[in-house]
Amino acid sequence: MAEPALSIRGLTKVYGNGFQALKGIDLDVQQGDFYALLGPNGAGKSTTLGVVCSLVQKTAGKVKIFGIDIDEDFAKAKYHLGVVPQEFNFNQFEKVIDIVLAQAGYYGMPRREALPRAESLLRDLSLWDKRNGAARNLSGGMKRRLMIARALMHRPKLLILDEPTAGVDIELRRSMWEYMQRINRDEGTTIILTTHYLEEAESLCRNVGIINRGEIVRNTSVRELLAELDTETFLLDLAAPIEQAPVIEGFEVQRVDAAQLSVMVHRGQRLNDVFDALHREGIEVMSMRNRANRLEEMFVSMVEQGSKKEIQG
Amino acid sequence: MNASQIAVALWTLVVKEIKRFTRIWPQTLLPPSITMTMYFIIFGNLIGSRIGEMDGQSYMDFIVPGLIMMSVITNSYSNVASSFFSNKFQRSVEEMMVSPMPNWVILAGFVLGGMARGLGVGIIVTGVSLFFTRIQVAHPLLTIGVVVLTAALFAIGGFINALLGKKFDDISIVPTFVLTPLTYLGGVFYSISLLPTFWQAASMLNPILYMVNVFRYGFLGVSDIPVGWALLAVFGFIVVLFAIALWMLERGKGIRT
Repeated sequence: MAEPALSIRGLTKVYGNGFQALKGIDLDVQQGDFYALLGPNGAGKSTTLGVVCSLVQKTAGKVKIFGIDIDEDFAKAKYHLGVVPQEFNFNQFEKVIDIVLAQAGYYGMPRREALPRAESLLRDLSLWDKRNGAARNLSGGMKRRLMIARALMHRPKLLILDEPTAGVDIELRRSMWEYMQRINRDEGTTIILTTHYLEEAESLCRNVGIINRGEIVRNTSVRELLAELDTETFLLDLAAPIEQAPVIEGFEVQRVDAAQLSVMVHRGQRLNDVFDALHREGIEVMSMRNRANRLEEMFVSMVEQGSKKEIQG
Repeated sequence: MNASQIAVALWTLVVKEIKRFTRIWPQTLLPPSITMTMYFIIFGNLIGSRIGEMDGQSYMDFIVPGLIMMSVITNSYSNVASSFFSNKFQRSVEEMMVSPMPNWVILAGFVLGGMARGLGVGIIVTGVSLFFTRIQVAHPLLTIGVVVLTAALFAIGGFINALLGKKFDDISIVPTFVLTPLTYLGGVFYSISLLPTFWQAASMLNPILYMVNVFRYGFLGVSDIPVGWALLAVFGFIVVLFAIALWMLERGKGIRT
């Protein structure tokens, strides 16, 4: 079996102020995977990725990138790694083209190879027309795409995206999703993504790790995780206003407003029963949607359970 | 990385640094030229003509090497200190940290960039001085050698300052409170033979005195101190400071959490 793209064992990080950000986490991400690392703020996502990228010094543990131990040959491991950080980390006064060419240079890529690569990436990410402008004049979305182009200059086999679509409008976010799916599918690039948009993780990723308070609480496939979802809440838009919510046996129904109901459906229950009951009451449903993203419901419940355990402990 | 990849990485960093300070030339190249012109007019022409000779040279001729050296020192230092600190502040230093570029290449790249600015300003100031005096160089190789070594030494010093700095104020403390006084007391404007015995001995603890004197020896063929010892001292300082800066980079001081 091929070496995992990323293998982490017993990773611990204790900051200078004594705060233990990572408590001995184990994690494997297989080659070619599109993997989501999820967790609330301060859970340890960025610290984990920071150690992998050499921006954070680990306290203990082993990290291997495509089988290369970073303690033994970090430089070799770094060749396989492309990083798109959460915050803009380029010189805002430099030209777009200079930023991507400099990154290629840091990897030892000669200019004659770097120029066509830069053109291809900047065209793909709709930045070619902006190549001679200063990076500070780009919009937020363009700056994010610039960081993706920069990270891909040396053709990394493992791409780490730390909240790549934060603050990006929905249209642009979807085009970035398509681009990431394309490089994962067509070029076989392994992608690790952290995001606060759980719909992003559900749409893009095959596997997911949930980290909370410095520990991996789940590491599984998105499909398996969603299969564990006990309840889903649906919002029903009604054809005509109602005074109060109808009572439907076995279901928790609430009136959101005059023209909307929320219905909680447990695993094994049939939505048809809800519609039959509403039909009998003379209530017509015009449309229906999930109240929250399914993964989000699962995530919130896991994090809440973790918090309760901690309080009880 | 193999040798050719290292050469590409180093070249990339050096070119980037040179582009940076030439892009903002009104902040980096113009001010030292104007300041030094003032020194030449006020100290060299107006006051110097009343002072007479110093160490057997006209006062203008005496101060030219010191003023060139002063501009090389301050510009080499401040270029690296401000550039690397800006990289830290804007987090663009992470571009380099995530790359496979060895730490010594990062250090060498910034140091060479700082040297380029220091020597560039030195050449500009030398050009300005030609409006005021005719420069003769007694020992050209020694002159070039010592100015290059001095630029390297202070560029490394600027790098260490930037690594340790936590806010922009921190990178102006050393130039203001350490470099400037040491430069003024380093024999730029006077010969230490004019000082009382105690202060002559005290001056010998000032490393800048050695650099200014060797540089002046290269130009004029006169020095207050033995040239061989001075060169050795400068070289020794470079080796020690380079090792300290590299150790700090390896340990991630000021750049890794």
